[in-house]
Amino acid sequence: MASKRKGKQTVYIQNPLSIISTAAIVGPKEGKGPLASYFDVVMDDDKWGEKSWEKAESKMLKETLNKIVNKSGKPMDSVNYLVSGDLLNQCTASSFAFRDTGIPFFGVYGACSTMAESLSLGAMLIDGGFADDVVCITSSHFCSAEKQFRYPLELGSQRTPTSQWTVTGAGGAMISNTGIGPYISCITTGKVVDMGVKDTNNMGAAMAPAAADTIITHFKDTGLTKDDYDLIVTGDLGSVGKDLCNHLTKIQGFDIEDKYNDCGVMIFDMQKQDAHSGASGCGCSAVTLAGYLYHEMKKGKYNNILFVATGALMSTTSAQQGESVSGIAHAIRIQNKLS
Amino acid sequence: MQYLNAFIIGGFICAVGQLLIDKTKMTSARILVLFVTAGTILTALGLYQKIVDVGGAGATIPLTGFGYTLAKGAFKDVEQFGLYGAFTGGVKAAAIGITAAVFFGYLISLAASPKAKR
Repeated sequence: MASKRKGKQTVYIQNPLSIISTAAIVGPKEGKGPLASYFDVVMDDDKWGEKSWEKAESKMLKETLNKIVNKSGKPMDSVNYLVSGDLLNQCTASSFAFRDTGIPFFGVYGACSTMAESLSLGAMLIDGGFADDVVCITSSHFCSAEKQFRYPLELGSQRTPTSQWTVTGAGGAMISNTGIGPYISCITTGKVVDMGVKDTNNMGAAMAPAAADTIITHFKDTGLTKDDYDLIVTGDLGSVGKDLCNHLTKIQGFDIEDKYNDCGVMIFDMQKQDAHSGASGCGCSAVTLAGYLYHEMKKGKYNNILFVATGALMSTTSAQQGESVSGIAHAIRIQNKLS
Repeated sequence: MQYLNAFIIGGFICAVGQLLIDKTKMTSARILVLFVTAGTILTALGLYQKIVDVGGAGATIPLTGFGYTLAKGAFKDVEQFGLYGAFTGGVKAAAIGITAAVFFGYLISLAASPKAKR
């Protein structure tokens, strides 16, 4: 067996691998939420001076990349790979955003789990000896995602109580084999889990089983417990999915409730911001990690985090053909000190 | 009294729609089709006319009212032209609604652009 693997789905990063800089750009609604002060830029409108929401999404990604590289103190040339994804057809937000950068680019799609997916792959690239510095980045945009997955905003469709609000935002990080932490030390890659949820307006329920599965597998593979963590944070399950994930882990003997939170619940004020069941989208976990979580780790509020970005795997075609929504979740262990 | 009746009947029809959004997995498009079809069938059975007599605009403005117009138009043309009228009457009667929707929709789209709710 490959020497860095442990258990069924987990790999250990052998050489110290740091997140050396992060950046997050968000839309106006996110800028009114409780995490607002952690974001680098709050856009004053959804188009950000562009002609379309899609162009605005690409601009968010591009500006986020610039900020990440600036903050790292390294030149743009030092970035060996860009690993990025988004929610638009064929990942065009990412590919168009980076067409002028001249940096080798991997476009990835993990629905809303993309931030953890890109970080996982980036970390493996570095620990495999194929790169020194990698930027992992992802975005979503409420207006373009509604068009992509549900209805165009022009229809003015009513939202159901279980529906979630796609975060407008781009977040990312530069990871490197230099640096002084926080360190990515361990990665548990999720498998596709499908419990037959067919309601595309209830993504939280579709993703919660995948999140619970990955968290439990992480504990089983590594022998770690919730006591090894200050925070176990899922990507965008929202209030419905968060309760389900709590329940599912509990009945399998892994009660994580006191350490557990969800980015989809943290990013909006659930009482005041009319986000229904919470937030979703690639950008949700990305900006929460790049903004709030990274800065609070730097300050020492958190020292050990299990970051579990969650994705709902479906397309409009699959939904129309009556297919169920599959879920996926990837977990990343982030530590301030390597033991 | 007329206003109150319209408010109650119209409100009831919209409440049914809201319940369908909240309690079922139906998409808005399916609810739309269901309402129009229900309006047509209820009119054909002679029931919707009674609701319109009480609720007035409260019953004709919601989507079920569109079904009511379609059915009434079809009946009217059948009387005049026979079975042929079943195919012409509905859309003829609803022409003003359809054309107005297209025309004003186009007009508004020139002036307004969609935005996310704040």
